Amino acid sequence: MKPVSKVADEIKPSGIRKFFDIVSEMPDAISLGVGEPDFDTPWHVVDEGIYSLEQGRTYYTSNSGLMELRQEICNWYERKYNISYEAAKNCLITVGGSEGIDLALRALINPGDEVIIPEPSYVSYVPCANLTGAVPVTIDLKNENQFKLTEAELAEHITDKTKVLILSYPNNPTGAIMTKEDLEPIARLAIENDLYVISDEIYSELTYTEEPHFSIASLPGMQERTIVINGFSKAFAMTGWRLGYALAPEKIAKLMIKIHQFCIMCAPTTSQYSAVEALRNGDNDVLNMKESYDERRRYLIKRLENIGMPAFEPLGAFYIFPSIQKFGMSSDEFATKLLQEQKLAVVPGNAFGNSGEGFVRISYAYSIDELREAMDRIEVFIS
Amino acid sequence: MKRKILELLEKNSKLTAEEIAAMIGSDESSVATAIKELENDHIICGYQALVDWDKLDDQERVTAFIGVKISPVRGEGFDRISARISKFDEVKSVYLMSGSSNDLILTIEGDSLKEISHFVYNKIAPMDTVVSTATYFVLKKYKNHYVDMTEGHGEDKRIQIMP
Repeated sequence: MKPVSKVADEIKPSGIRKFFDIVSEMPDAISLGVGEPDFDTPWHVVDEGIYSLEQGRTYYTSNSGLMELRQEICNWYERKYNISYEAAKNCLITVGGSEGIDLALRALINPGDEVIIPEPSYVSYVPCANLTGAVPVTIDLKNENQFKLTEAELAEHITDKTKVLILSYPNNPTGAIMTKEDLEPIARLAIENDLYVISDEIYSELTYTEEPHFSIASLPGMQERTIVINGFSKAFAMTGWRLGYALAPEKIAKLMIKIHQFCIMCAPTTSQYSAVEALRNGDNDVLNMKESYDERRRYLIKRLENIGMPAFEPLGAFYIFPSIQKFGMSSDEFATKLLQEQKLAVVPGNAFGNSGEGFVRISYAYSIDELREAMDRIEVFIS
Repeated sequence: MKRKILELLEKNSKLTAEEIAAMIGSDESSVATAIKELENDHIICGYQALVDWDKLDDQERVTAFIGVKISPVRGEGFDRISARISKFDEVKSVYLMSGSSNDLILTIEGDSLKEISHFVYNKIAPMDTVVSTATYFVLKKYKNHYVDMTEGHGEDKRIQIMP
């Protein structure tokens, strides 16, 4: 047989696969390894989807998505994050944020272009970059900087081949956020070096600070070079609906829509109708879920502190990223032993890049009762 | 702070003062003091387990709502008869209702339909100002105190490890 795609073949398989296999054969294991909300989608949102089906809205939408949804998204970004977009020119609906990342890279990259990916980060950026023929250039972010990207770190990695910087804050797996002040020098470098920024803001509604999430696209000179990726999965607990969106400069949006049109056609119609309802009437749902996450976040910080497994205070998403260095084990060893001895699953930090080595990701998308039990098990494990 | 504590405890009474303090960003002693006050003021009236008796194989358990029509008495309205009804250990709750043909709604739990029927027939119906009663037996509990009681609910349906 002729060889298969070299690029596809060479993509590294996900580092968490083996944990998944062990956990799924351990019925009494508890897992803090999940990357999605524990809440059901708010019922009024589900109901709107059901209603749309009853109304027979079972056809394709336009390639870029329902106009009323795109309009609601633009209203939302203006209302929440102070950036104005035109629904007809800048917005397209994607199959989850994941598709948006893929489209953005494919719209921007020529083979050999360098894409800067600060790590630890979500696992799809490097493979998606690989698939376009880009050269992924990772930056090892540091715990002492609370896993924020610093100006110096970025400057050090820019070459004349650098085309794109991928930013993902609030961050999975670290829970780090970047404020306006943190982003200003990054934006300055992006402008000076004529870089595009793909800003993955999927956790934008889950921040635990007085100030709401700040998008780098809202800084002067940045909207024209930033592709914002967002979606409904995390804010509205809609992971299974597979619905996201991209907000991009018109020229890039057109390219992304072109690729999307040929590869996907359009995002699921039912999900789009539900999403309109989520944006129009879902503010309270988001607030209530966020309040619950915040309670759990504080609880976990306290417990981990008492146990002697300190982490910097995560201010976004629903993860905490404690260091396990002092136990003299690698992340993999720690996670494997914890699973074998205490039947508790966490995700080793190195699954999110080399700089995640020495850490584990703990998700707090779980009830307090589950978190209490899990922390009790970690406590026994450590002592 | 008290409101927040009540909201948390109403959904999960097993939370300790220490845990609540961590969750709301307060300190343990302030939360403990607040809870003590809420208990003393009978704003927190008790801590009970929410039991799904139907899942217990060897024990039948019947719940009924009893509508009670009352002929109110000058000067005491419904209060005296409601207080008397409340005294029965069999009676789980007593509510004065609006918009119903019944004035009071009681909930009663018992081991059989017969037991509840007898109780209503012998104890409630003959009371002085009771005009009539109507007994509604619960066939199935779908949701109780925010908790979905249906089969299979509460399972974590998520894939256990996801990036």
